[in-house]
Amino acid sequence: MTPAAPLTASTAWQAPSRFALLLLALAAVLAFYPLYGEALFPGQHDYFLQKLTAIMILAMLAMSLDLLVGIGGMVSLGHAAFFGLGGYALALFGPEYEAANLWTTLPMTLGAVGLAALVIGALSIRTGGIYFIMITLAFGQMFYYVFNDADFAGGSDGTYIYVRPAVEVFGLKLVDLGDAVTFFYVVFAAMMGTYVFLRVLLASPFGKVLRGIGINPQRVRGVGYNPDAYKLVAFVIGAMLAGLAGYLSAAQFGFVNPSMMSWHHSGTVLVMVILGGLGTLHGAILGAFALEILHAVIEARTEHWLLVLGGLIIVMVLTLPKGIAGLLERLTSPRANRARTGHEDRGES
Amino acid sequence: MDFTFFLIQALNGVQYGLLLFLIASGLTLIFGIMHVINLAHGAFYMVGAYLVWSLTGVFDSFVVAILAGIVCAAALGWVIERFLVIHLYNRDHLDQVLLTYGLILVLNEVQRMMFGSDVHGVAVPSMVAASIPLTDTLSYPVYRLVLAGVCLALAFAMYWIIQRTRLGMWIRAGAANREMTASLGIDIRRLNALVFAAGTALAAFAGMIAAPLSSVYPGMGDNVIIISFVVVVIGGIGSVKGAFLGALAIGLTDTFGRVLLPEMSSVMVYALMAAVLLWKPNGLFARA
Amino acid sequence: MKTVAKADIRRMQHASKATPPAAEPVMRVEGLTKSFGGLTAVARVDLIVNAGEAHAVIGPNGAGKSTLVNLLTGHLKPSAGRILFGGRDIAGLPAHKVARLGIGRSYQKTNVFAPLTVWENVWLTGQTALPHAMRFLRPAHTHKAVRERVEEALELVGLTDRAHTPAAAMSHGEQRQLELAMVLATKPRFLALDEPMAGMGPEESEKVVDLLLELRKTYPVLLVEHDMDAVFSIAHTLTVMVNGRVLESGPVEQVRESKAVQDAYLGDGDEDY
Repeated sequence: MTPAAPLTASTAWQAPSRFALLLLALAAVLAFYPLYGEALFPGQHDYFLQKLTAIMILAMLAMSLDLLVGIGGMVSLGHAAFFGLGGYALALFGPEYEAANLWTTLPMTLGAVGLAALVIGALSIRTGGIYFIMITLAFGQMFYYVFNDADFAGGSDGTYIYVRPAVEVFGLKLVDLGDAVTFFYVVFAAMMGTYVFLRVLLASPFGKVLRGIGINPQRVRGVGYNPDAYKLVAFVIGAMLAGLAGYLSAAQFGFVNPSMMSWHHSGTVLVMVILGGLGTLHGAILGAFALEILHAVIEARTEHWLLVLGGLIIVMVLTLPKGIAGLLERLTSPRANRARTGHEDRGES
Repeated sequence: MDFTFFLIQALNGVQYGLLLFLIASGLTLIFGIMHVINLAHGAFYMVGAYLVWSLTGVFDSFVVAILAGIVCAAALGWVIERFLVIHLYNRDHLDQVLLTYGLILVLNEVQRMMFGSDVHGVAVPSMVAASIPLTDTLSYPVYRLVLAGVCLALAFAMYWIIQRTRLGMWIRAGAANREMTASLGIDIRRLNALVFAAGTALAAFAGMIAAPLSSVYPGMGDNVIIISFVVVVIGGIGSVKGAFLGALAIGLTDTFGRVLLPEMSSVMVYALMAAVLLWKPNGLFARA
Repeated sequence: MKTVAKADIRRMQHASKATPPAAEPVMRVEGLTKSFGGLTAVARVDLIVNAGEAHAVIGPNGAGKSTLVNLLTGHLKPSAGRILFGGRDIAGLPAHKVARLGIGRSYQKTNVFAPLTVWENVWLTGQTALPHAMRFLRPAHTHKAVRERVEEALELVGLTDRAHTPAAAMSHGEQRQLELAMVLATKPRFLALDEPMAGMGPEESEKVVDLLLELRKTYPVLLVEHDMDAVFSIAHTLTVMVNGRVLESGPVEQVRESKAVQDAYLGDGDEDY
């Protein structure tokens, strides 16, 4: 796995850049955290370990949204609904006081989320553009209200998952998800797996068409592809990955509630994607870490985190169209001022 | 369900729908003319509610508070258009979504800093605080009727302005074709600022007159914006007529849904939206 | 652009479809009409493009030429009329289906994927060598059939050296060439070209004319163009449109001589329109 995979077309045929090496170094720092964390942050290690795990799950969610927004040009404001559905699916499909079986609950979860995404996608993709934004927002919020009012799922208080899912083969415990370090590595592998899967997807014929759709859907149609079909498939894939992230999140915290689905959660994840750099995948990871670390730092000093976040978003839109990934890349790239790519080229549709 | 009960629910539904129309019409016009999707429009509703709550404390008169509040809200809209929204006209929808989302967070947080997280009530003005008895046990508050009447009057005024006045001609031209607007010698910058300020004032006004019924609380704009989007999607983006019918449909569906199918009520309006989308993917009155 | 080898073009041609004998209609348009609200942009247009023939459509701005191309390629839905292509009526089919039937088009306004490289632009269209792109795991570049198409198309228009340049970084003329390469990489059976020389300098135009002279030997071509010299050197047959209607249609010489056309349109030579 190299994060050197094409950031944009123009880098596709070049050797790993300094930027790619920087990303690899960051991944290594993260991967070895359980080994050095105790020594570096005595007393806070457990908290940091848990926090990093949670951020990696958010990074998965952000990558899944990047597939829609950054690659396919579908600005979804209801993406958190699929994250929440994944979490609720674990809570509802599993037994209440025993460990859920991962081999059955995870496929069921992904199936349920995929089905929901298929229906919502089919209704929202036909028109595209601004309708897509509003319709995904509305349906996302519908799920929020459904679970907010649902007695079977604990209503607005949410519901608990008392035992983490079991990963067993013939009754033999493969990994113990109850152990924080093991869970950290499982999530790390899931995040990297998601990244590699999406890279593979983007390199495939499907990925090529999807990227073309993100830039100019009408032109892609003129070539002979029906953009709606490809968008729908991408929408379902993105939703299922979000569902996977939600499943892991529910397993980590042992708790789900409707706020996982709220449109503010969708909005925050969208900010992560933009902050890290749209359509780059690793940018989604960077953005998740940057935003969450900033969140933790600011929250320790003031209770007005949302004011800071709102201001940050406004400043970012006005001044930093390619996010921190774009900034980092400019700083590490010998070629300054490369052709701007991505989102300002996408016309209104 | 007897007739009186039905009548009360129908009146409530229409009144809620008319209120939604005030918000959705601004939203749909801002999109139709400026091609900007404004997530912060619901926050203006909240701003209106807090304005009227604090201004009634100052002026001791609901009507004066509302008039002063409208001026404040329009000024706020003007400033936001001049300094923020103006940068969005040539940006894609994603930037518009982000910036106006950031604006929501800022407005919500400023509200919390200034007014805290408590729920506040605004008294129904004494002049219209009475209720009309319908049966021995049921009565209907006069204020709700007044509210519906005011909204209806505003809807007619808006129709008249858009269809009959010079400004309305600009608005129609702007919604139909941006280049044409420029070639007609219309000052598009002024038109944009005017429409945005008016839309802000309308949403804020809706928050003001709703305040005595719904009370005033943090995040009250968040629910309203989503329902307004549903209204706009049903009516067709850019269509004021569509927003009017969509708002009434949603108002009635929501009200009757809560009474008839309480366990399904949270899904009803979205089911209506899904049904309309299946039938007409661009809403009822989409422009070609 | 280097001189185009005939062999290249032969290879570009759809293997199973040999050029039909001359004067057999490849595309027949009957009564094609498109109204936008009250405005009729294209009114009862009849048109025939024969195999082995380049057919030019000319007319002043607003004559409905681009609308016509959009109708023929499924980008717009006709209000009335038929478009017979390959023995079936394709009127009203969505653009992606029309493209899959083998009608390749270029756009009047340059319509390339600006952030992508030349190679990736052409790849996207050449990928239509696969029946669909719902292929998720195998890397695209391992599909050899696509790679060959892309290489051929780039060579044909002379952009091989520029393969890894982002489209956005190229000159307008090069982007027009890219646009042609993108059409050719789909291995069309019919070319609908909407002002391929729009905005080009004289030298670049000349190159494109040379290319089109070669292409017309293997593809039936419908060419919308403003440059009269180019039209007269490329086209076998000509349709003149004014206000959405066909004023005159037939072999170039015949149309040129037509009194109606001379009066209404060609006037005394090359007016600027």
